[in-house]
Amino acid sequence: MSSATPTIEKPPYRVVGTRPIRPDGVDKVTGRAIFGADVRLSGLLHGRVLRSPHAHARIKSIDTRAAEALPGVKAVVTGHDFPDPQNKVAASGEGTVNLRSLAHNCIARDKVLYFGHAVAAVAATTPNIAEEALKLITVEYELLPHVLDVREAMRPDAPLLHDDLRTNEMGQRAETPSNIANHTRHERGDVNQAFAEAAVVVEREFRTSMVHQGYIEPQNGTALWNADGQISVWCSTQAPFDERNQLAEILGMPVSKIKVTPTEIGGGFGGKLSVFLEPLAAMLSKKAGHRPVKMAMNRAEVLAATAPTSGSYIRVKIGADKNGCIVAAQAWMVYEAGAFPGSPVDAGAGVIFAPYRIPNVLIDAYDVVVNKPRAGAYRAPGATNAAFASESVIDELAEKLGIDPLEFRILNGAKEGDRRADGPVYKRIGFIETAQAAKAHPHYSAPLAPSRLDPEGKNPAIKRGRGVAAGFWFNWGGKSSAWASLNPDGTVSLIEGSPDIGGSRASIAMQLAESLGVRAEDVKPAVVDTDSVGYNDATGGSRVTFGTGWVAWRLGEKLKQQLKARAALLWEVTPDQVKAEAGVFSCNGRSITLKELAGKLDETGGPIVASDTFESDEYGPGFGVHIVDLEVDTETGKVQILRYTAAQDVGTAIHPAYVEGQLQGGVAQGIGWALNEEFVYDAQGHLLNASFLDYRIPTALDLPMIDTVLVEVPNPGHPYGVRGVGETPIVPPAGAVANAIYHAIGARMTALPMSPARILEAQGKA
Amino acid sequence: MARVWIPALLRGMTGGQSEIEVAGETVGALIDQLEARYPGIRERLVEAGRLRPNIAVVVDGTRSRQGLRQPVSEQSEVHFVPAISGG
Repeated sequence: MSSATPTIEKPPYRVVGTRPIRPDGVDKVTGRAIFGADVRLSGLLHGRVLRSPHAHARIKSIDTRAAEALPGVKAVVTGHDFPDPQNKVAASGEGTVNLRSLAHNCIARDKVLYFGHAVAAVAATTPNIAEEALKLITVEYELLPHVLDVREAMRPDAPLLHDDLRTNEMGQRAETPSNIANHTRHERGDVNQAFAEAAVVVEREFRTSMVHQGYIEPQNGTALWNADGQISVWCSTQAPFDERNQLAEILGMPVSKIKVTPTEIGGGFGGKLSVFLEPLAAMLSKKAGHRPVKMAMNRAEVLAATAPTSGSYIRVKIGADKNGCIVAAQAWMVYEAGAFPGSPVDAGAGVIFAPYRIPNVLIDAYDVVVNKPRAGAYRAPGATNAAFASESVIDELAEKLGIDPLEFRILNGAKEGDRRADGPVYKRIGFIETAQAAKAHPHYSAPLAPSRLDPEGKNPAIKRGRGVAAGFWFNWGGKSSAWASLNPDGTVSLIEGSPDIGGSRASIAMQLAESLGVRAEDVKPAVVDTDSVGYNDATGGSRVTFGTGWVAWRLGEKLKQQLKARAALLWEVTPDQVKAEAGVFSCNGRSITLKELAGKLDETGGPIVASDTFESDEYGPGFGVHIVDLEVDTETGKVQILRYTAAQDVGTAIHPAYVEGQLQGGVAQGIGWALNEEFVYDAQGHLLNASFLDYRIPTALDLPMIDTVLVEVPNPGHPYGVRGVGETPIVPPAGAVANAIYHAIGARMTALPMSPARILEAQGKA
Repeated sequence: MARVWIPALLRGMTGGQSEIEVAGETVGALIDQLEARYPGIRERLVEAGRLRPNIAVVVDGTRSRQGLRQPVSEQSEVHFVPAISGG
């Protein structure tokens, strides 16, 4: 069920806001879409990776001779086969990546830094031979002490992961090595004085576990290092151009020698913004005499050795006056970076108090390396951890003040002109409208949803509760390029470079169709390789429908201008005399449809094409407010979600079904994070639950239908008012679920996941 | 003059001042002026002639892509914030 709450009158769009069938739909449902596993080339070899069984060890030697001698083995590589990139920083997704860290993460050099770290790779004629060859590689390790907990890793006597890592504090490096890679602070006003004068102050500490994106398609890549030095890579990626740059640095080759073809992608959620297997496949291809090499991870490798998101420790303190106005907020945040610096703690610091207008703020954020896989982006990276902490404290403050929790959020909610906790002033945002939409939704005034565990209401062990929480995400614009060609039948071929993860072929085609004045079905989008279209930033940061959509709009305008000129030629008038409206061109009582005009291309000057590249900074952030009803079996600790409603400021929903799907998907992932998901390591740093049997993501059986409320506050920075929508919905769920559990059982949950064991512990039953 | 918000970890260099009015037509020019008043502050923000890779500049509420070349006006408000990443 979905409802839309337009707060500003929208123009009468013809295509925007409709729900056409997706252009890639038939191929996806008939199994014809080409994913990475479907890539087959002549002479194809199969690659496998040898991974570290230790959390932290020095590599004393690697003997690959026996593996190389195995019949069928064509190449073996270790870290010594690769050049060592400098500490150069390159774009990755919305942020940056240190290329030396990335290279050393793809294959270890002198040390392994986590369980599963790649040590060597083999290419052979069959996957089984490659697997057998791995067993013949002898690695001599010197075990080193390891550290898995961020606060332990911060201690001066903690085992050091990197001898050359010094804490960076806004451009100043510490003199001594440390596991603390970075410290950021946001400070405004005087929190100490404000807390002293506050009527109510709540302070709590929170812990969250490392979790994985849980995409269904594992990382994969096929590479051909041709004899002429050209390298072709086919892979499942959110960021073909970023991967081209990363490959160039890791392989020591110019970007002009590398072509990356993005295959269809079975989920990414931030986990496919950087390379893992691709450099290994390329180097194996070169060493194997320029034969193509295909590599794919199994699920255990995906969980142990890709880019999950950080576990964290967060302390939050918020104070309010007797009228319910928040006067001060403080946070101390430590995020696991995994084996290399780069956790999303700075994003968490920007998110943690973002929905609120707060005069006095102090936030300290620490990025800390530990012996776990390198943390990557995950759908609003760092934000779910942060909102779990802050929204729990906000809920407790509202309760202590005797104010309805949504009313408290509206009372303190940020709006245009208010200052973000990290400094800048908001432009047009829709948080207040979103919170009001949630408060007005029938869910909020309805009795608690009926029990599923105890339908007759006879079991006193079943407790039900309702919780709410808010969330924020920055969103992103990024660079996009595309080109379009008008066909003689009036359709348009649209060539773009943004991998389609969540239906963006449709949302981009719709914007071109709206702009040009044709039907959505008349635009044929194709996602192509890095040699066939201009540069595109990643499909990430909730940017594509906004950023590539901007380009689509501009392409439509460019095509329209050319068509006006053709019509002017036919009518012997000037182009500025020709009007274009909904695919019809007219002047002085004469008119011609776009399709008719397209049929006259040859006689009016030949083909019409347009290309464009554009980047807008006016992407505007997103806000969500969620309501959840749940029940807790206080005997077993099991939590059952009964009803869920997600309201979000979505700007303008180009294809509402896909916007609803983004909200529902984000909520489903957030609930999994809230209740079940965590990486479990033993004392030696071995990952114990590297399968979907033991790392439990929610299924359809675990969740009710998730209601969505699309609050349409058009973004003034986009021709159709688009805002990014994909990441915001994962931000509030953990906080909302925690608050609902509290209202069910009377205990505040301060650690994720809120598993049965933790629920029992919170009740003193463990 | 543009108003520059000094990041909390750099306020030790500005005597604790959190906002400073500075003349200049670009972010780079503002940093040059700050450097003249508070020697060493440029090095904390700039590396190899560009903003440090983990720092973004926000001018009048919008994160800039132009870094040191970003134009500013007399009424501009300038923040240096962490460059965040999305998924």
